[in-house]
Amino acid sequence: MAGQLRGAARILSSWRSYCSKGQQEKVSADFVEALKAVVGEPNVSTAGVVLEQHGHDESMHRCSPPDAVVWPQNVEQVSRLAALCYDHRIPIIPFGTGTGLEGGVNAIKGGICFNLTRMDRILDLSVDDFSVTVEPGVTRKALNSYLRDTGLWFPVDPGADASLCGMAATGASGTNAVRYGTMLENVVNLEVVLADGQILHTSGQGRRFQKSSAGYNLTGLFVGSEGTLGLITTATLRLHGIPEATTAVVCAFPSLQAAVDSTVQIIQSGLPVARIEFLDDVMIDACNKYSGLTNAVTPTLFLEFHGSQKLLEEQVQRAEQIVRQNGSSHFAWSKDPEERSRLWTARHNAWYAALALRPGCKGYSTDVCVPISRLPEIMVQAKKDLKAFGLTGALVGHVGDGNFHCILVFNSEDADEYRRVMEFVEQLGRNALATNGTCTGEHGIGLGKRQLLKEEIGPVGIEIMRQIKSVLDPKNLMNPGKVL
Amino acid sequence: MAELRALVGVKRVIDYAVKIRVKPDKTGVVTDGVKHSMNPFCEIAVEEAVRLKEKKLVKEVIAVSCGPKQCQETLRTALAMGADRGIHVEVPESEAERLGPLQVSRVLTALAQKEKAGLVLLGKQAIDDDCNQTGQMTAAMLDWPQGTFASKLTLEGDKVTVEREIDGGLETIRLKLPAVVTADLRLNEPRYATLPNIMGTN
Repeated sequence: MAGQLRGAARILSSWRSYCSKGQQEKVSADFVEALKAVVGEPNVSTAGVVLEQHGHDESMHRCSPPDAVVWPQNVEQVSRLAALCYDHRIPIIPFGTGTGLEGGVNAIKGGICFNLTRMDRILDLSVDDFSVTVEPGVTRKALNSYLRDTGLWFPVDPGADASLCGMAATGASGTNAVRYGTMLENVVNLEVVLADGQILHTSGQGRRFQKSSAGYNLTGLFVGSEGTLGLITTATLRLHGIPEATTAVVCAFPSLQAAVDSTVQIIQSGLPVARIEFLDDVMIDACNKYSGLTNAVTPTLFLEFHGSQKLLEEQVQRAEQIVRQNGSSHFAWSKDPEERSRLWTARHNAWYAALALRPGCKGYSTDVCVPISRLPEIMVQAKKDLKAFGLTGALVGHVGDGNFHCILVFNSEDADEYRRVMEFVEQLGRNALATNGTCTGEHGIGLGKRQLLKEEIGPVGIEIMRQIKSVLDPKNLMNPGKVL
Repeated sequence: MAELRALVGVKRVIDYAVKIRVKPDKTGVVTDGVKHSMNPFCEIAVEEAVRLKEKKLVKEVIAVSCGPKQCQETLRTALAMGADRGIHVEVPESEAERLGPLQVSRVLTALAQKEKAGLVLLGKQAIDDDCNQTGQMTAAMLDWPQGTFASKLTLEGDKVTVEREIDGGLETIRLKLPAVVTADLRLNEPRYATLPNIMGTN
């Protein structure tokens, strides 16, 4: 009798706990059993290390583990799991490769982390239509490897080997955006599971077209929504032809101003540059040390041109004229794939190279994007502020888009340094807003930039965003605490 | 302009990124509907041959593939990468399973003699059977010198210097042409076939 009473009391208390509104309490054992009933026991985990692994991304935001992790195998399971969470008011956190930089997957209100990477099929490849559909487990390198015999590729390249659906969720961009665009321009359709389990096809089921005027742009709404409006379970992407030939160019400059001025002039001259990346002297030094290179330690531009052999020669010549006019001392170029790979790996590893400057420290990357004409002034100011605040930081950027990152390396245990980092970041964000730019060019708002978003969009815009969110997610279960 | 002809063997295998599944009757692995592509080491061999042609050290690059008719896709990729001609040695599907290094070496030997090739370039091994035998057997049948596991290849006149990756490190040997060379991973980074080139092979 006493045992039955205790059992009943336990069930009652656990019922209360997973019905509570948005509090960080453990979900009940019964709920976990319900999850297992949908996806199978091996595809649910509450193990401490697994939760911890899924409670953070590559940013410095403190780990906030979810209450459980599930691995659905198909969209029907995702839908049933979402409906289950919806009925019991449990937060839902979509998870791809965990390579985000804004704490987008941190489960600050607990909940269930949906690791979607077991869904990893590549579907509906049409070489004639330059289109393919991918599930969340497909990363951009995996897709490009799959496509290599077709003459097509997906050019959006944020550096990390990220999940393509995750890239859609964060509105990712990268080194190629200046010529090929960002995810926003290259996602044609999305299959999204909404908070209540409904399955939405943002451009209509199975549709893939080069353009459309049909109704409201739902695809654009979900691109960049960072998991706060729904779970992306497939993305239909726009592919591009692999360039006939590629030339990489490296040029060193005596000053940051000269390098950025060159960038502005190259863009304005109409040269169809495919990549134009800036690395300041601190970054070059870090990359040299990390990747064993011997570049001159001075502000440097890395450019890449895509096209036919003849076109490339002309483009390289014109670019050389421009940079030499700005005082570039060292102009080297290569068509050789191994050499080009080596140069670009160094740039891709910028994050790790910067972290290696002060081992044991954490990194934070700013991400402002401003009109190109205002780029020189804001970057020069950023370097001055780094000195003034006494911080270790390296500048690297997709200057062709007016977007640059200041990678700050700091000791997270040092409260004073942490405070100075936060002040610097806010200052930079506000400087960017003052030049009519944005506080985030490609990383997203995540946890850390919600205040800046308010200042950027303004009260009317924020209110509209809130209303859209409340229509699609009335119980605020989709990745709560992010973006808004 | 050199007179050297390069014969490059290319094998159609299950793509390296595919998760292999064993057939329910356990007689092999599932190949139906599974993505196939050119063996990665064969890609490296084709790339090396095409680079030699671009440097004008080789006059003609001839790609060869043995197997069922789908091998033509693999040959097309080789052509799109820059090979001049593709030879498909057709082997019916039913017999393709029994096609191994011994049989392929015999074919390559006959073709090398018929096409008057001076250099036979192969991948060091195929990723489906990992045999690592075809290059060596072909060299033996032709009675030509061999430079296997090549990580660097330099043609100088009638000799080829090959830097090989071996267990203890690197070994450099010089062979008199005609010779057989098998490509290892670090020989080069193969180019992607571009759309215009692929269209051109149709």
